[in-house]
Amino acid sequence: MGLEQFKNRNVGTQNYKMLDLGETPTSGMDKFKQVVQRTFKVELFIGLWVTLREMINALLRGQMHTVKYPFEKLPISPRYRAIHDMLRLLESGHYRCIGCGLCEKICISNCITMNTRYDENQRKEVSEYTINFGRCIFCGYCAEVCPELAIVHGPRYETASEQRASFSLFEDMLTPIDQLNLQKEYDGFGAVTPNADDNIKQTPLAY
Amino acid sequence: MEIVTYTTVETFVNHLPEVTWVGSLIKAVLILAVISAIAGFGTFIERKVLAFMQRRLGPMHVGPYGLLQLAADGIKLFTKEDIVPQNANKLIFMIAPAITAATAFIALSAVPVFPDFTIPKFIPVLGGTFVPSIASDLNIGILFVLGMMAAGLYGPLLAGMSQANKWGIIGAARTAIQFLSYEVVTGLSILAPIMLVGSLSFVDFNNAQAGGIGSWLIWQQPVAFVLFLIAGFAETNRTPFDLLEHEAEVVSGYATEYSGMRWGMFFIGEYANMITISVIAAIVFLGGYSEGGLGWLTIILKVGFFFFLMLWVRAAWPHVRPDQLMWLCWKVLMPIAVINVVITGIVMMV
Ligand code: SF4
Ligand code: SF4
Repeated sequence: MGLEQFKNRNVGTQNYKMLDLGETPTSGMDKFKQVVQRTFKVELFIGLWVTLREMINALLRGQMHTVKYPFEKLPISPRYRAIHDMLRLLESGHYRCIGCGLCEKICISNCITMNTRYDENQRKEVSEYTINFGRCIFCGYCAEVCPELAIVHGPRYETASEQRASFSLFEDMLTPIDQLNLQKEYDGFGAVTPNADDNIKQTPLAY
Repeated sequence: MEIVTYTTVETFVNHLPEVTWVGSLIKAVLILAVISAIAGFGTFIERKVLAFMQRRLGPMHVGPYGLLQLAADGIKLFTKEDIVPQNANKLIFMIAPAITAATAFIALSAVPVFPDFTIPKFIPVLGGTFVPSIASDLNIGILFVLGMMAAGLYGPLLAGMSQANKWGIIGAARTAIQFLSYEVVTGLSILAPIMLVGSLSFVDFNNAQAGGIGSWLIWQQPVAFVLFLIAGFAETNRTPFDLLEHEAEVVSGYATEYSGMRWGMFFIGEYANMITISVIAAIVFLGGYSEGGLGWLTIILKVGFFFFLMLWVRAAWPHVRPDQLMWLCWKVLMPIAVINVVITGIVMMV
């Protein structure tokens, strides 16, 4: 389905189904007829049957909707934007961040603070990286802009904690090295699209 | 049509052992214990049934399947602070819940909740005592029960007026409206069965339908049955007639300012009333406990069905406006009830 229907804001021209509510009775006789009709059309019992059917569905056919939340959790979309994760390179285990500073720059609530320096190999190293989650609005710009897919949004949505600082440090967000094999690629903003291979073109060099 | 002969009933009664005051006392204690327990348990059942009908689980975490939720609620109700609002009429405010609870149980004293039985001889002290089906078998049983339940509405009425709260006042006004509406229908609808049986005693009703399903009064009085059921729903403040404390409209109506055990008394009263209405409907229209030997089981099933029906209706139907209730009771149900009574009378005379 295309998006045309949603973009059309002219009420009445879309594919809406109008309810046929009939005429509202005005005269006494019509009102009386309506009452009699409603009484003997057993409409009320249809309502009773619906609730009973749902009860049978729930109890006998396993269609209970309740999720016992802290014990059971619903899967969330990979595009969900919760507390950030810092990913590692799968081969070397080194963190992916190259310290380019783009995320710090783009962050619209100015909540990323970072410092870099050159290590002994003249490679840029992140010496400090924090996100102030008291300010973060989880807009996803940082994940989108990151050229290395280093900063992404994780699935951790239970963000209640005693201190904001408890998950704002680089080390806290970084995939633990012993769980590297469990690291998942992020499908949300800024991720490689499924058809990325098809979109690769030769760099036009002929000026 | 033959009016049930009084003589047969009388001989039936005369064959029974003598009702002693010990028997009545045992029955009274039995009713009080069983009904309070059931009234509490009813809140659990209600939450569960409503939840299932909305495909939820309902209370689950306190005890197995949430069964101990009752205890948790009880502890909460008992330990809550008993607040009396500043400008309320303190005495009336404090008495009102007791009226609801007390009248509900007084009404039950004249209702046969279980069949009569004799305590087996091998039990010490009480062995051999005959426990009657009714704590006090009044010869005007139905009248007494309906009157008591009607008096019970003084609870919400006084509570609403005494609490110096506008929602309470509206709740009280609605109580008056409800009271004025259904009471006529209850009386008139049950009049036709009374004419057929020729007695106001529940035991007579029960014995009159002793001939199996075919002799149940519902087949002779289907209209009266439906009318009584509708009026009964109004009498117990159940949806579709729960005008008194409809949260979406009047916060909590007459119960707005109540908390803790005083509020709990309203609650217990309401559930006891539900049971009373269920028992009356079962005895007057569905043959009561007249099945020999299995009476205790069938009456439980019948009462259980009516109780479930009340919850079921609550899950399914929206509620009506106060003016619609008045319209319904005075302009529709009352004429039908009168016509029903007249036709019954004509058929009996012919
Ligand atoms: S999600 Fe938005 S607000 Fe939060 S750190 Fe990233 S860019 Fe900043
Ligand atoms: S945009 Fe990515 S690579 Fe650049 S500093 Fe931020 S996290 Fe590191």
